[in-house]
Amino acid sequence: MTEPQLYELSVKDRQGVRFPAPDVPRAALPENFLRNDLPLPELSEVDVIRHFTRLSQLNYGIDLGFYPLGSCTMKYNPKVNEETCRLPGFAFVHPLQPVETVQGSLAIMYTLQEWLKEIGGFAGITLQPAAGAHGELTGVMIIRAYHRWRADTKRDKILIPDSAHGTNPATSAMIGMRVVEIKSDVRGNIDLDMLRAECDETLAGIMFTNPNTLGLFDEHVQEVIQIVHQAGGLVYGDGANLNALLGIARPGDLGFDVMHYNLHKTFSTPHGGGGPGSGPVGVAAHLVDFLPAPVVGIIEEGDEETPPLFGYITPSKSIGRVKAFNGHFGMFVRAYTYILMHGAGGLRKISEYAVLNANYLLARLKDTYHLPYDRTCMHEFVLEGRWDEAPEIHALDIAKRLMDYKFHPPTNYFPLIVHEALMIEPTETESLQTLDAFADALIKIAQEAHENPELLKTAPHDTPVGRLDEIKAAKELVLCCGVGTIS
Amino acid sequence: MNVPTQLKYTSNDEWIKIDGNIGTVGITDYAQEQLSDIVFVEVVVSVDDEVSKGDSCATVESVKAAADVYMPVSGTVIAVNEDLPGTPELINSDAFGAAWMVRVKLSNPSELAGLLDAAGYQKHIEEKG
Amino acid sequence: MFIPHTDAEREAMLRRTGKASLEDLFHDVPAEHRFPQLNLPPGLTEMEAVAELQGLAWGNESTRDLVSFLGAGAYNHYIPAAVDFILRRGEFYTAYTPYQPEISQGTLQAIFEYQSLIAALTGMEVCNASHYDGATAVAEAVNMAYANFRGKRSKVLLSPALHPQSIETVKTYTTGSNIALTACEMDPLSEPKALLPLIDNQTALVVVQYPDFFGRIFDYKALAEAAHQAGALFSVAVNPIALGLLTPPGEFGADIVTGEGQPLGIPLSYGGPYLGLFATKTEFVRKMAGRLVGETVDNRGQRAYVLTLTAREQHIRREKATSNICTNQGLMALASTVYLSLLGKHGLKQVAELCYHKAHYAARQIAEVKGFQVLTAQPFFNEFVVKCPKPVEEINADLLEYGILGGYDLGEAFGPAMANYMLVAVTEMNSSEEIETLAEVLAEVTHD
Repeated sequence: MTEPQLYELSVKDRQGVRFPAPDVPRAALPENFLRNDLPLPELSEVDVIRHFTRLSQLNYGIDLGFYPLGSCTMKYNPKVNEETCRLPGFAFVHPLQPVETVQGSLAIMYTLQEWLKEIGGFAGITLQPAAGAHGELTGVMIIRAYHRWRADTKRDKILIPDSAHGTNPATSAMIGMRVVEIKSDVRGNIDLDMLRAECDETLAGIMFTNPNTLGLFDEHVQEVIQIVHQAGGLVYGDGANLNALLGIARPGDLGFDVMHYNLHKTFSTPHGGGGPGSGPVGVAAHLVDFLPAPVVGIIEEGDEETPPLFGYITPSKSIGRVKAFNGHFGMFVRAYTYILMHGAGGLRKISEYAVLNANYLLARLKDTYHLPYDRTCMHEFVLEGRWDEAPEIHALDIAKRLMDYKFHPPTNYFPLIVHEALMIEPTETESLQTLDAFADALIKIAQEAHENPELLKTAPHDTPVGRLDEIKAAKELVLCCGVGTIS
Repeated sequence: MNVPTQLKYTSNDEWIKIDGNIGTVGITDYAQEQLSDIVFVEVVVSVDDEVSKGDSCATVESVKAAADVYMPVSGTVIAVNEDLPGTPELINSDAFGAAWMVRVKLSNPSELAGLLDAAGYQKHIEEKG
Repeated sequence: MFIPHTDAEREAMLRRTGKASLEDLFHDVPAEHRFPQLNLPPGLTEMEAVAELQGLAWGNESTRDLVSFLGAGAYNHYIPAAVDFILRRGEFYTAYTPYQPEISQGTLQAIFEYQSLIAALTGMEVCNASHYDGATAVAEAVNMAYANFRGKRSKVLLSPALHPQSIETVKTYTTGSNIALTACEMDPLSEPKALLPLIDNQTALVVVQYPDFFGRIFDYKALAEAAHQAGALFSVAVNPIALGLLTPPGEFGADIVTGEGQPLGIPLSYGGPYLGLFATKTEFVRKMAGRLVGETVDNRGQRAYVLTLTAREQHIRREKATSNICTNQGLMALASTVYLSLLGKHGLKQVAELCYHKAHYAARQIAEVKGFQVLTAQPFFNEFVVKCPKPVEEINADLLEYGILGGYDLGEAFGPAMANYMLVAVTEMNSSEEIETLAEVLAEVTHD
């Protein structure tokens, strides 16, 4: 069942892809700098194709089935996106080419900037950050820069709800801010009293996910924002859950000062087994000057005859560059294609059906699994994966058993404020039939948990591998294929 | 749940054993149960270091969690448990004995008054639920 | 569009949820901000969208249309056809992070193999599942070194010959921290020995690039020794293709190796997505940010792979994590693994040698052109600096008329003092005719 490693398939003197001999005279090689050995495997092309094809068959992906990972938005990845980003005019352009030679790419970036600003309700935007966490870093740096520019240097406190994704506190700590946790109340909203108590002159801002990781739209969102603003703080929006808000509400309108978008969640760019993502950051008018440099703008106006000339602009108080080059252009083309095909009406439909699908599943499951927050949910919801009558069963066991039913499990153990959390986000691209099959499976598993818990404890059974010894993996670290001196 | 009566405790699940002016510090049985199988422990202070109450003195890692261990008292480090990094599972099997982490000479014994006794710690872990 | 629901299904679902209409689902949204009219063009069908994108793509001149001598951190290498075939498999590209290892062995083993190949290439002991790009990898190395010394050492030496965008990125990341960046303000063409006097017992990290931004190859052993003598760590940023030929940093004292992996089977794509390589020694593995895949066994006794040491990461450590990084460049790491597998031990060396010989041929050809001076006091790999008789901006505009994409204008990065200096890159994709034509055209456009 296991696939050999590359080095195990290697045979001396095999080579997959060959190159011609030099068509120029050879120059003397730098004698003192030549490596003695290059310990890479030696494989034919057929070996390589078969190896990676077989590996792919051990994977589960959206193209195989339902993938209800909460807050990841595992929606269908349109194939047309894979065609447009590969157009030679896009794929083979060098990032440092003179702007006159890349007006097509710059038009895409400029238009995508405009569209994302419109969708989020923001005055400015950067496309540079490589992922959501990178966008968070950028956004919190902008907040800090803003306060420093106002010479308000005491502000080093960032408030973060207890339901927040781990990247939020990690980001704040990474740039030296003090993290203070704000509790959620019994309805899953931010506790307003606790919030007011923390709003003092050391407040830099709050990192606020809305809808939050419980899938709930904060019933006091405007008040939260007002309280923070009145105390002189700024509001950072974690846009991971934007799939619930397209054409429904614009965070900028609600008062968010800065927000990151996840193109690989809301805007259908593929997850790639862990990346690459893309995390543009939108800002309100008072923060536009702080955006990372450079931003795409019009450097020469056009007229009826000629289109405008696009180029790069450095914002006057820019926090600087957050990575090399221009951002994940390959993802911009995909997101552009996606928004182009949907338009305003299509985008709203996405959120309407994402939220409908989640509420439907919630209705089907709330009598079988404990629902800690009994409210209309947004695009995701959280159930407890445990029952008092079945004490040995944890959310993990339910997740493992779901794999036997050919479903990817929902997110486990997050958010932290729910015991044995199962965070379920169906997305809008799933049909009623799929949702019913998933609900039926979960109901069956609940029954198994009570009548035959061993089935869950020993699951999964029908997958390429069974439960893994994670303790051994952490204690006996083997991080590379065994090959000569590498261990 | 093992909560030896002769020790003192903190709300962050550290214990301290007092012999005259010497304090020996580790993490409790409750803590190791919460973390589950411990795979790694690193003591981050060395002999002769001056430490203050609240300073991080060790990090403990399991497969699903990581935790910092903080000094319950201030003082000078006179010993660290050299055996612990090689056998982190000692924390699971003998949290109050062989898995001690740091030994200090107290510089401010009045700090002991602020610590929990066994009954107080027992109540604390029951409230945590 | 991709929503499968029929009207009948929608109505049935609404009934089940107890809502009268879709609008009712959004009663928590403040009424005055609900359902904004988004000012976007109306949605197009697939056929229309493709036509529009094709039109925009034709608005570019790519390295397929132009003969390219542009490098400076991103390179025009040949990508074998097989790479994209693997990347397009839905099981790879529509999968998520392998948090459920039982159904993610494809992704996990591929990352494990990626870690192994990069460790082998760089001569290091362990490698993570990747960072966003070469520049952020350098920033993470700085973070890691600072955390390693628990804040007791706050000086970081950044060679001025690092990619200027790496230096800019590190500056952004270290704004407002105690970390003092030095050396990067020195003359960019300074040699490594200029860094020696700056190393002291306050230094946490010394960072150099190999080959450096200007293509030069230096012997860094003395610098590595000086760093270690002072108790500091030593980090090297690499071009992975060069390591097909050159001694890897693991063999001359690197504690950390970072790099931009784009040359390994990843298209230029106007700057991204690319691949941040990050490798280190086993003793530092817990200080390294980013995902790690480890080997273990399953409950059926099979060898299998799993994300390990996850307790270091943001989703568990939260504000105590040393980095907030969540994603890796998964699909790009896969691309580089397939590329390195296809080329293997012999192929990568072949590509490196082709780049080397062609670049040296180009340097000799250009050196013969009146008014041009090639700066080659040092051995170089596939890039070199040319001092031109007039501003590079003008020369490049002229070259474009001949269908040639000229080298990087160093004046853009280093100001007017270097406005006449061009950084020329040559890869296996440049034929001898193209190189000779470049020299001829350079002569043509400057002969007045």
